[in-house]
This record gives sequence, C-alpha cells and structure tokens, in this order.
Amino acid sequence: MTTVNLPSTLGAEATANSGFLGSVAAWLTTTDHKRIGRLFIGTSALWLVAVVGVASLLGFERVDSKSLTLNEGMMTQLFAASKTLASFGVMVPLMLGLSLALAPTQVGSRSVMFARNAMLGFYLWAIGGAVVAASLIGNGGPGGGNAQMVDLYLLGLAMVMLGLLAAAVSVVATVLSARTAGTDLADVSSFAWSSMIGSTSLVLTLPVALGTLIYVAVDHHYTRVAFEANMGIMKWLGWSMSQPQTFLYVIPAIGILAELAPAVARRTQPLRGGVFIGVGLISVALLGSVTQTVHGLAWTGTLIDKAKSFVPYALFNLLPILGVVVVLALALFALKSDSIKMIAPFIPAFLGGGMILTAMLGNALQLISSANLSGTVFEEGVLVYISYGTVLVAWSAIAFWGPTLWGRMLPAKAVAGIGALGFVATVLAALPMYIAGFADQQADSVTDFEYSGPASLWNAVSTAGHALFAVCVVAAIATAVKSFATGDRVAGNPWIDGGAQ
Amino acid sequence: MTVTADRVLPAGPATAARHPLFIATGVVVAAGTMLMFGMLAVWFKFRDASPLRVGRNNKMIHDWLPADLKIPEVATNTLAITMVIAAIMGQWAVYSAARKDAQHTTLALFITGVIGVAAVNAQVAIYKQMGAVLADGAYQTMFYAITGTMLVLICTGIAFSLVAAFRVLGGRVTDRAVVTAHAMYWYFLSTAFIALWFVVYVQK
Repeated sequence: MTTVNLPSTLGAEATANSGFLGSVAAWLTTTDHKRIGRLFIGTSALWLVAVVGVASLLGFERVDSKSLTLNEGMMTQLFAASKTLASFGVMVPLMLGLSLALAPTQVGSRSVMFARNAMLGFYLWAIGGAVVAASLIGNGGPGGGNAQMVDLYLLGLAMVMLGLLAAAVSVVATVLSARTAGTDLADVSSFAWSSMIGSTSLVLTLPVALGTLIYVAVDHHYTRVAFEANMGIMKWLGWSMSQPQTFLYVIPAIGILAELAPAVARRTQPLRGGVFIGVGLISVALLGSVTQTVHGLAWTGTLIDKAKSFVPYALFNLLPILGVVVVLALALFALKSDSIKMIAPFIPAFLGGGMILTAMLGNALQLISSANLSGTVFEEGVLVYISYGTVLVAWSAIAFWGPTLWGRMLPAKAVAGIGALGFVATVLAALPMYIAGFADQQADSVTDFEYSGPASLWNAVSTAGHALFAVCVVAAIATAVKSFATGDRVAGNPWIDGGAQ
Repeated sequence: MTVTADRVLPAGPATAARHPLFIATGVVVAAGTMLMFGMLAVWFKFRDASPLRVGRNNKMIHDWLPADLKIPEVATNTLAITMVIAAIMGQWAVYSAARKDAQHTTLALFITGVIGVAAVNAQVAIYKQMGAVLADGAYQTMFYAITGTMLVLICTGIAFSLVAAFRVLGGRVTDRAVVTAHAMYWYFLSTAFIALWFVVYVQK
C-alpha cells in the first residue's frame, strides 16, 4: 500500500497566516481532500448529537405509554428526524468523510479527483441537512401538517442526496483512476476498496431514491393524489433509510475493521482476496434496495412458493451477512499471530463491527413473516444497532488515522474507554427494542401500547442506553477537539509504528 | 497538513491520473441511468395498477393515459430521432479530435449543443400540443415529473457541449478526454430518452 502524506499545496491553505477570517476562508474554499473529509466528519458529528438526543427523547416518552411530556404533534417529526438523520446525517456522510480524507492517500494520490465537486457535495449536503432540520422543526417532513414545510423537507432531502452523490463520485473516480502507477485495484488497501464499493453502491441506489423523491415532491406540491401526500413520504422513500439499504451505507465501516486487524497483528492480511470478496458481497444488498420492496420470507404454500420467497430474501438479506462474516472471520484469522499487539482503536472497531453484524442478523430475523416482527420496535432496534455500530467503527478510524489527518493522536485510554462504553450503550439502547419487538410493541409510536411484560423496563433501559450513548458522543467530540487541537504533535502513525498501544 | 511532512522523504512526482474525467463521467452516467430507469419503474408500477378499460379495437387496456390526452406522435418520434443524432454528433467530435481536427471537433460539439436545444424545444412543443395540466391527476403529475427530469439532464448535456466546445476553441485540441466523456454522456442521454420515449410515448 502506498501512502502519500504531504501537506496539501492545493486550495487556499496558503492563507494560514492571515488570521481567523483567512483561516475560515481557507476551510470554506478548500480543495484539500483531508479538509473536505474532516468537514463531513465534523458536521456529521453534530448531527449525531441531534440523533442521539432525539432518540433519548423518544425513549423517555415511551417509558410511560399512558402519558406524554412533549406535544403529541411533535412525535411524527421526531421519528422522521431520527430516521432521516441517522442515515443521511450520520452514517453516509461519516463514512464518505473518512473515505474522502483517507482513500486518496491510501491509493497514492495527492488529492481527491474533482475536489471542487466533492466540496460542492459537502455544501449541498450541509445546507440540505439544515433545510431538512428546519422543515421538521416547522411541522414538515413525513406526516407533517404544514404543506410548505413538507415541500421544504423534500427539497432539503434532494439536496442532501445530490451532495452525497457528488462526493461519492469523487471517491469512486479517485480509487479507479488516481492509483500510483503500477498499482492494480487488487493492490489497494481494504479501506480504499470498501470506500469504492460503498460509494459505488451509493451512486447506484441514491438516484433511484432521488427519482422517487421527484415524483413525491411534484405530486405533493401540485395534486397530492398519487403518492398519498405527506403520509406517503415514508412509504415511498422509507426504504432509503431502512434495511437493507443501510447495509450499503456502512460498507466502509467493514473495510475499516478489515484494515485494522492486520495492523494489530503486525502482519499482512492472509487471504486478502477473500476480504475484498466479502466487502463486495455486502453490496449485493443494493439489488434488493433498488426494487424498493421488502423481500420477506414467507415459508408457506407449495415448494415453488417457498423458493420464490426464499431466493430474493436470501440474496438481498443473507448474502450481505455472509460478506460481513467472511470479513470478520478473515480479520480474526489475521489476528492469529505471534506478533499481535493490541491497540486501542481496534477495540471500538471490533465491537462496532459486531453491532453491525447483530443488526444484519436482526434484519434477517425480522423479515421472516412467521416471526411477526414487522412494524414493531424490533425494526428500530436494527437501525440503532447499525447506526451506533457504525459510529463506534468511525470513532476507531478517527483515532487510528488521527495522526495522519491531524498530526496529533487521541489518548489510548479515552479511545478504548469511550469505545467500550459506547458498546455497552448500544446494547442497552437496542437490545430492549429487540425484546419489546417480540412483545409486539409497535414502531413509530410512544403511547397506547400494552403487552404482558415489563414494558416500562424495556423502554427505560433503552432510554438509558441512548442517554449513555449521548454522553459517549459528547465525550468523544470533546476528547477529539482537545487532543487534535492542543495535543502533542506526533510523527508518523504511532499506532502502527509501535509508539502507542 | 501533518507534522510528518517535514520528517519524511519528499514524495515522488504527482500521480498521473488515468482518464479521471472519463471514469467520473461513467460514474455519473451510471447514476443517471439508475435515476431514469428507477423513475420508469415507478411509472410501470402505476400503469400496471391502473384499472382496465376497453380501448380501440375492443382490446382491454390500462386506463392510465387519460382519454382526453393525445400523444403528439410526430413530435415525440422526431424528438427520439433528434436524440440519436445528437449522440452521433458527439461521436463525430471524438473522431475529429482523434485526428486533431479542431474545426470539425468544434463544429460537431456546437451541433450537439444546438441539437440539445432543439430537443428542449421539441419537448416544450409536446407539452403545448398535449395541453396536459400538471395538477389534473396522477398521470399528468408523473408525466411532467419524468419528462421534466429528462429535460434537466438534457440541459446539463447542452452545458457539457458548450464547455467542451470552448475548450477546443481555446486550443486544447489534443485534450480528448473531455470530448470522449462528452460523447459518452450524450450516448447516455439518447439511450435514456429512447427508453422514456418507448415507455411514455409509444406504450403510453
């Protein structure tokens, strides 16, 4: 793997000595891929705070299903916010930000291809995200009561998708065309490969969502007959914020895990091709996503009926699991080494990868019709597992490549501690939802559910999990800001070079 | 921007990217294809869900296209042929650029752009001849949404043609990457439009 690690001479970095305004201008007009990636990462961290805050609020409201603390009319917007922001505010931009910051250096390029296009993507995404948030606050979004705000939500969502698409195009073009001379695609790092696969998956699926969004937006603005107006938004676009589409959003996270395992083992990855195949297998989910249909398993009827149900179910939901299992197995195989030296960033990566796998297994279970989990909070548990798991992996990546991106490193204890605490928080937040799902607690509702069992307990534990995760997120942001701004400067990457554990 | 910079050996020469514009355009074309075919898929879904009625020749047809709307077939067929010609012009530009023939390359690129403008004009003419009112129903809404999206894509193609033409006019005759990528984009536009034409205007 070739790594180019030079200060960028592109863009407006020359204004570094021109004071605060010059520094801000340098950031806003930058064409340095590391800065663009960090802009994505930093902004998505802010959205992450909002996501865990909203999740905590919704959990709190569920503790007592008979009464409401917040205005009942807000609930629809809060549920819409949690889904929209988890996917398009956190998972996708976080992974794209890491891809933009790291993939070019990993393939030996000094810059990302079409850097201004990537920067345009950031602006579209950031402004679109703000528009989405504003519309939700103004009673817009799915099920919103203010028609103009619903239109605004759709406009903002379109901008978000276009922005993410633009950035994804730059990532794909970089890995495909800007590799060091003589480097085959098979020679790139696991993360660069997964960035390319993940970004390609975005390029192939987000336009389908965008096309449907155009229909929904035009219909909502003019007629409100074909797409069920504000109530039809999630019906038509919900697949882009649900499984298996979210599997595609987290492909780079699996690549991070695959990259860190051999780094910990101080050896080259055995069966590297297998890792690449595993990452590729996850992208099979895109074939299921673009059908915009849920491919459940109904084990009834004749053998042919069963086969008709099983084949698409297995293809779109089980094959991605196989991909993750292959990568995890090969990561463990790589760890079977005498030279293994555990480093702190590997802990959240491994735990986060496990959370993502748990989400995928949960999704496969939920789609079995006889399990009767569809429409229950089990679905929400899957989204929590996958989104929080992705955040854990991203935390490990930020810690591991921090010295490369910022020239400073995070303290090992903080990395491991926040990672472990985040893992506990994820389990606390999501596992009770899995359990409550079996008790038929319906999704997207905070009141009027009743079932035999400790309903309040499950919802209280889940709320505590979200709150704990919120604490972890704030702690992680504070640690990162402090360490990357004022920490000791380091040379190279001490995680790899042996200077840190 | 990292501290490692002053402690490591200087990097080698900058990597010469291999056909980045062509590859990026290919990726954009893939995205555009998914956009248009995704929209066509939803169109199919609505058409198939529409009730059946007895059409001309006593055949049962889907009651999707409102009876009071008529597709102007001459205009739509002409538009389809126009889009194919635009792609051929794009390929002519590639052929000329390969021979360092700046005059023909520029001419071909400008003709491609002008044909794009003609396509926009034809689409507007179709709108006027059909007289469909956007707010009248599901068909009209979806018709304007899908053809409007295609119009936007054609407009980006026109902009691409102009940029490519002015680059050649500016003396970048040997820079074939833009011209090749431009041709690929127009191939995509013509293919996407033919698909739209067949589904929306022919099959109705």
